[in-house]
Amino acid sequence: MKNLTRDVNSPSTSSLLIKGGHLIDPAARIDAPMDVLLKDGRVAEVAPPNKIKAGVDEKAEKFDARGLIVAPGFIDLHAHLREPGQAYKETIATGTAAAAAGGFTSVCTMPNTVPVVDSVESVEWLRQPERGAVVNVFVIAAATRSSKGVTLTDFRALHTAGAIAVTDDGKPILEDSIMRDALVLSGELNFPVVQHAEDTRMTENCSMHAGARSFRLGLRGMTAAAEASIVERDVQLAMHIPHARLHVAHLSTADALKSVRRGKRAKARVTFEVTPHHFTLTDEDMRDYDSNYKMNPPLRSPSDLEAILAALADGTVDAIATDHAPHAAHEKEMEFERAAFGITGLETALALAITRLHREKRIPLARIVELFTAGPARCSDLRGRGSLVRGSIADVTIFDPKKKWTFDAAKSRSKSKNTPFDGWQLTGKVVATIVGGRIVYSGISG
Amino acid sequence: MNPARGSLLGIEHLEAAEILRLLKFARRMNPDRPRPLLKGKRVLLLFYEASTRTRSSFEIAAKSMGAHTVLIQSFGSSIEKGESLLDTGYTVRAVGADIIVIRHPNAGAPYVMAQHIDVPVINAGDGLHEHPSQALLDAYTILRNKKTFKGLQVAIVGDIFHSRVARSACHLLSKFGVKIILCGPPELVPDIATTLAPGIRVTRHIDDALRGTDVVMLLRVQTERLSGLKIDLLEYITRYQMNPARLKMAKKDAIVMHPGPIIRGLELTSEIADGAQARILEEVRNGVPTRMAILARAMGRMR
Repeated sequence: MKNLTRDVNSPSTSSLLIKGGHLIDPAARIDAPMDVLLKDGRVAEVAPPNKIKAGVDEKAEKFDARGLIVAPGFIDLHAHLREPGQAYKETIATGTAAAAAGGFTSVCTMPNTVPVVDSVESVEWLRQPERGAVVNVFVIAAATRSSKGVTLTDFRALHTAGAIAVTDDGKPILEDSIMRDALVLSGELNFPVVQHAEDTRMTENCSMHAGARSFRLGLRGMTAAAEASIVERDVQLAMHIPHARLHVAHLSTADALKSVRRGKRAKARVTFEVTPHHFTLTDEDMRDYDSNYKMNPPLRSPSDLEAILAALADGTVDAIATDHAPHAAHEKEMEFERAAFGITGLETALALAITRLHREKRIPLARIVELFTAGPARCSDLRGRGSLVRGSIADVTIFDPKKKWTFDAAKSRSKSKNTPFDGWQLTGKVVATIVGGRIVYSGISG
Repeated sequence: MNPARGSLLGIEHLEAAEILRLLKFARRMNPDRPRPLLKGKRVLLLFYEASTRTRSSFEIAAKSMGAHTVLIQSFGSSIEKGESLLDTGYTVRAVGADIIVIRHPNAGAPYVMAQHIDVPVINAGDGLHEHPSQALLDAYTILRNKKTFKGLQVAIVGDIFHSRVARSACHLLSKFGVKIILCGPPELVPDIATTLAPGIRVTRHIDDALRGTDVVMLLRVQTERLSGLKIDLLEYITRYQMNPARLKMAKKDAIVMHPGPIIRGLELTSEIADGAQARILEEVRNGVPTRMAILARAMGRMR
């Protein structure tokens, strides 16, 4: 593991036998009843029910997973944990507690903090145990200094310090020449550049998607073209720069999807994520200027949502990422146009995926698990994660795909409660989250 | 929290019957014959944006019904010091506001206020969204001149995109089956405007808009709200400015309306502004009884 991981706690030295569950490990092509033995922070054995005996001493803790799905630990490629500088919105400790409750064993934190994470020192600071993370935190550092889009950061040094990718998230890397230079370096270092695709020259003062609804509400709208034009340019660059690695964050429009599909067909190293809110809601869902429906990219049109659903089903989408963006109440309860962009998402992601994608759209559970595990692991080169083959890191997510529950934002582990899903009845609930062989979250089973 | 009864946040969700009730009541209102319907009540006028007509007519309307009015403008108040919209709302509620009339540059601001404050909130114009009292006084003016909405054709010419007046007018007129024609260049009159309500058509040609039209509503090009959009004003004047020759294309008895402020020489010539068909000052006059009705309704006194 070259500088990639930071296990939260020292790996567990005890063993844990997960018995009676149904294992879905898409990377290993397993979708069957299996027992899983975790030992010393690693996966020691995976075998059909009741076959694990040798080496399991009497002291091995047992986890009864009957009726539950056992999956590799979920990885969120896109979360705003708000440290350093905005601890009133979220901290590493509260954000990772919310992640654990949502079944995420690894979270990638975004660099648009105060100050911006653009130095080796700030990357190291984030990875210190004092931050109190309860799941693995991987740092995505800034692509340009202070994310101003002018001067590239020292990719090599950030990479060596343990950052797993670079981005100016919250803003795009707008300049063609800067983006080209970033992608050249990404190819040389095998270090993904994550792009927030928004041509901000076209979205000044905009607060939602441009369409019939924004016209009706008198809100200036962000056009689909403002996203698609940047994605198209980036894909073109990635197709022509040797080994360049482009990851498109929170893709939201059908037009941008077309560019990504073309890039993938041309074998460019282009990956992308979509968020639960973009596959669940559209611009027509916002009522009464409720700023819990305000995020960037905005909720798009129903036809965009349909295109995203199709790409989720056909295997084009690489990962589901939350874009968890906590904000204090006073930053949201105000004029819609002035309210902060973003919603929380760590605790609702799996349930929304199961409710919308699996139960309503009949997308197989194995595909959904892939989007939370093998997919994001591939996008970010998290080796040893995203699968439970023997020898992998013992990060495991156990969930009940049939459990119905109601999400109560007030009880969220996140410091912030800005979510449009408060009070939603959902299906699918995390029962246990295991990081490095240790149970860090235990929900109500049955 | 649901908005308090009597709030007027927009025309879109107001029922046609309620609109007629308001207009009927407005006809009985006369500022020169004061009626103490709001005696002792406090009407807080919260203006985050410049206003001449709306502010003064709400104030006169309130006072002629016996209410006290307090005007708070963003300039010269705590708003200037960074107080949030809701904190200002809580504050004016605490000093005893019975009705809050709010004008704000952001769409939806009155909704946010109404969801948190337990007194009626009246939208006096919110960003690009709605201007319900203007739509009501325009409906009042149309009915005084045309007797009925039945069979009417209304052309709205100009900057529809940036106009809360146009949005509210479209919602209102559509509820009564009026044929609505929106006219202007694509930057100011996007095709998507037809989705606002049933019965709306978009045209780029002024003659097309005017043919057979009973009411011509003109709008100002809101250069202060263009936000990077480039409009060639000379081209606009050439294609859309209302002048006597053009007005002849409309019905003989067509009336010309404009919510103001008018810019002579831009969206209309002085001959039109001062002409016999203009109802621009009548609209301003009608603003007072209409707003008296709105305030009476807010206090449940519209009987």
